[in-house]
Amino acid sequence: MLISPDDQLSFEKSRPGRRGASLPADRCAKDKLFEKIPDHFKRRRPLLFPELSEPEIVRHFVNLSRKNFSIDTHFYPLGSCTMKYNPKVNEWAAGLDAFANLHPLQLEKTTQGILKVMWDLEGYLREITGMDRFTLQPAAGAHGELTGMMLVRAYHDALGQTKRKKVLVPDSSHGTNPASAALLGFHVIELKSNARGRVDLETLEKHLDDETACLMLTNPNTLGLFEEEIMQITKRVHEKGALLYYDGANLNALMGIARPGDMGFDIVHLNLHKTFSTPHGGGGPGSGPVGVRAKLVPYLPVPLVTQQGQNYKLDFDNKKTIGRVKSFYGNTGMLLRAYVYIRSLGREGLFKASEDAILNANYLKEKLKVAYKVAVDEPCMHEFVLSLKSAGVHAGDVGKRLLDYGFHAPTVHFPLVVEEALMIEPTESESKETLDLFVKAMIEIAKEIIEEPDKVRMAPHTMPIRRPDEVMAARRPILSYRDQLRERILLAEGAPT
Amino acid sequence: MHYQPLSTEDKQAVLDGIGVADINELLKGVPSSLRHPKINIPPALSELEVQRLLRELGSMNQCVGSSLSFLGAGSYEHFVPAAVAEVTRRNEFYTAYTPYQAEASQGTLQSIYEYQSLMTELTGLDISNASHYDGATSMAEAALLALRHTDRTRVLVSEAVHPHYREVLKTYLRGTPYEVEEFGLNADRTFNVDDFKSKLNDQVAGAIFQSPNFFGVLEDLEGLSDKLHGLGALMILVGHPLAYGALTCPGEWGADVAVGEGQPLGIGLQYGGPYLGYFAATRSLMRRIPGRLCGMTQDSEGRRAFTLTIQAREQHIRRERATSNICTNQALCALAACAYMTLLGKEGIREVSEINMDRAYYLRSRIGKLTGFEVDMKTPIFNEFVVKSAKPFSRIQEKLVKKNIFPGVEITQFYPKFKNEFLVCATETKTREQMDAFVEKLAKC
Amino acid sequence: MNFPKELRYTKSHEWARREGEKVVCGITEYAQKEISDVVFVEVPKRGQAAEQAKAVAVVESVKAAFDIYAPMSGKVSQVNADLESRPELVNQDCYGQGWFFEIEASDPSEWDKLMTAEEYEKNIQNESVK
Repeated sequence: MLISPDDQLSFEKSRPGRRGASLPADRCAKDKLFEKIPDHFKRRRPLLFPELSEPEIVRHFVNLSRKNFSIDTHFYPLGSCTMKYNPKVNEWAAGLDAFANLHPLQLEKTTQGILKVMWDLEGYLREITGMDRFTLQPAAGAHGELTGMMLVRAYHDALGQTKRKKVLVPDSSHGTNPASAALLGFHVIELKSNARGRVDLETLEKHLDDETACLMLTNPNTLGLFEEEIMQITKRVHEKGALLYYDGANLNALMGIARPGDMGFDIVHLNLHKTFSTPHGGGGPGSGPVGVRAKLVPYLPVPLVTQQGQNYKLDFDNKKTIGRVKSFYGNTGMLLRAYVYIRSLGREGLFKASEDAILNANYLKEKLKVAYKVAVDEPCMHEFVLSLKSAGVHAGDVGKRLLDYGFHAPTVHFPLVVEEALMIEPTESESKETLDLFVKAMIEIAKEIIEEPDKVRMAPHTMPIRRPDEVMAARRPILSYRDQLRERILLAEGAPT
Repeated sequence: MHYQPLSTEDKQAVLDGIGVADINELLKGVPSSLRHPKINIPPALSELEVQRLLRELGSMNQCVGSSLSFLGAGSYEHFVPAAVAEVTRRNEFYTAYTPYQAEASQGTLQSIYEYQSLMTELTGLDISNASHYDGATSMAEAALLALRHTDRTRVLVSEAVHPHYREVLKTYLRGTPYEVEEFGLNADRTFNVDDFKSKLNDQVAGAIFQSPNFFGVLEDLEGLSDKLHGLGALMILVGHPLAYGALTCPGEWGADVAVGEGQPLGIGLQYGGPYLGYFAATRSLMRRIPGRLCGMTQDSEGRRAFTLTIQAREQHIRRERATSNICTNQALCALAACAYMTLLGKEGIREVSEINMDRAYYLRSRIGKLTGFEVDMKTPIFNEFVVKSAKPFSRIQEKLVKKNIFPGVEITQFYPKFKNEFLVCATETKTREQMDAFVEKLAKC
Repeated sequence: MNFPKELRYTKSHEWARREGEKVVCGITEYAQKEISDVVFVEVPKRGQAAEQAKAVAVVESVKAAFDIYAPMSGKVSQVNADLESRPELVNQDCYGQGWFFEIEASDPSEWDKLMTAEEYEKNIQNESVK
């Protein structure tokens, strides 16, 4: 394996005796404290941590960062992920000592500022979605889904409807939907979408019965299409006594345009790291508040934040609560950022965000239509899906080739209902010039697919690495530095490769 | 709207490009009954006004930074080298997405790999995942792993495990065929071995211990893993990660899974989150570990490369048959922990672990000598201990908070049976003078 | 593609070979090629009960996971432990070293419900036409 100095691990750069941090030398307790602790409480196993000085460590990480694409360096049209700009004032606020340095178990009267932020944020989320109450506890979208499905179960159980074990999920849904439902013992049934990529009312009716607990829906769906028959869908589900769950992954299309609460949804999860501009952090932390209609409020996790006169408090008193889903109160630092975002944009700014996201997506779709097949060619919401079926290269290849042109890849091979799907979500953060450059690159790639397909199939050509061998990674997993050392010994002993 | 580049003219050009006169033409599919909802949100503020507002809101908080705090109980004030924030504030890290495109994410991927390497070292186990939401949720996922792995129905958990963690575990298992059973405490707040043993049977998938436990006490876990393994059950250990710099690590105790709160590893208090759930396990559990794993491999030219691996367990492939529904990890918090552990290094981690004990033992012996306060001087501890006061704790707290001192966390709110007890935490951030000042004020309460 | 005549087959692309009372099972060359690089096989536990056409094992490629169904009912009497460290055997030698498990058949008549090599080949052709 070739390793350039730039690619060395901190462990490999380590040299005995170097230090990267200084600590106080004084000790308070009487001498030889450590000797009094029974021996079997002391660590014997050597700690194979790197030994490096601060400048080496800083350079190590800064150079690592330079191998990443990010929103602040590149256009990132990753469908379903809403890679919008992360405003810097959000980070500034979260960094204020008055918020960053608050302990979660302080007396409430010493934390009125953050509690007010949480209370007001909840109010804004209620307004935007049309729901009656929110828990801010879930740490991510998938965690919100899990919480939401726990609420579904608690609700039906309380009504004695214990045989409601079926959860309906369209075949275009996010993988987390069936996974969250199944984790709680629900029986998941996939609904086949109709020719226009939407929920088929007849199929829905066929599966709806008195054993159905819930329909989980993303609207606009993962094809970027609004479910036009949403009012009929929610009506029929409710008629059968089941609940409606709204996956908020695509809420960026709807702020000020329509509300899940008005559509008839009973439970909503939001992704603050998508719609409300908190950073994705390379895969978290996120935040996934869950909103519900009045009938489900008694089941929400505790504590809830409430207002009493001029004061804010944590309310642990929710009679039928499903319990706690996380320690403390949620990813508060993320809640604060979302609050700052909403205050900065205000009502009109939020509307404009959704409108611009829709305009940008439709603009790209129209411009790309000349060279690519659109999965469902209708006006889209904030994202759309191309299909590379019969193009001669995979959707993933086009994604990788885009990296060479300086654009992050769109979401590829999702949704599963479209063969060779390429899902593009530009968000409102991009200028028309950036969109035009992206179109140019895509048209160029379309030409390459015909004229020099291998260039696309072998892409990327300009990244720090070429395509990694994923088969090797999965067959003989090397997941830590110690694994590497172990693998080296195994190889030396002649183990099969 | 300075985050949104489309000007009025741009908007017209975009509409022309689409070939519509007005955005409403694109929204025909949205039923008119839904359109134009009335949304009551205040109008936009300029950035200057936002900053002013946030400073005002901030002034309604009395933060640990400008006080003297002895609060712990699952969230800890520790020294964080300035370089940690320099790393996590790199735009290329914090504004990136999950590293699905390995070629454009080697920075994030290598940092996860290094994080996994550091966590396996610290815990003494074979494999660490890329992190979980927090300590409580990683413990719940560990219990689920044990239940699935052994195909059994019961999980035992010590009453000395953090109350929030036990609550989350119960929430996760409610309505499933699985059950949680707790085993009780001794007078010194260690777990009761006899009670534990009496609850063992062939349906026990695993047992969960915490050390240092919620009361700050180090548990003697000798022989427990053998006992559990003999019954075909797993041992799950929760703990403060910095304790393992100097104290026996989960691997040495024979634990199969180590989980806990990674916040002490360079992550700020932030009123309870975002934090970091660490999750490490033995090799035999590799295919059952929930969450992301990053592996080392090579690219098509034979260069070292990192990629997410063993993904077939995950929700985006397995859907309803996935090992967990988890999608994101806490990558940025894991990066902070990675930078922190690298900076502290081999010696620093051990030292910081020892300084925590030094401060906590000192403070405990000082408070132990005060009249009106009781502490157990014999139990081994890491950085927290229980204080019982003769007077109601709420009154002590009221008084001291006014003097900008947070004396500790009331235990009664979690364990109603323990009256007027509070948990005092002293980390390496405390000086002798600060602790003396605290003791002096406590004496006057 | 090679489908040995002495084996029997299922619609879900498993093969079965009779060895006295016992039946050795694996996946066919067609299945192995469709899955492409096998990276992991989760074999059943020894002693586990198997029911004809019910999932007992899982095969993983980098991007997908597939259930493997028992060709016949009975008790799992042997499993191929080599697959744990060398899943590639499934690709290299699917009818030999890449076998999955052996079943002590409880109902020998089930054998006759399985497809012959000829029937299986026809079945694949029909499938690919669809």
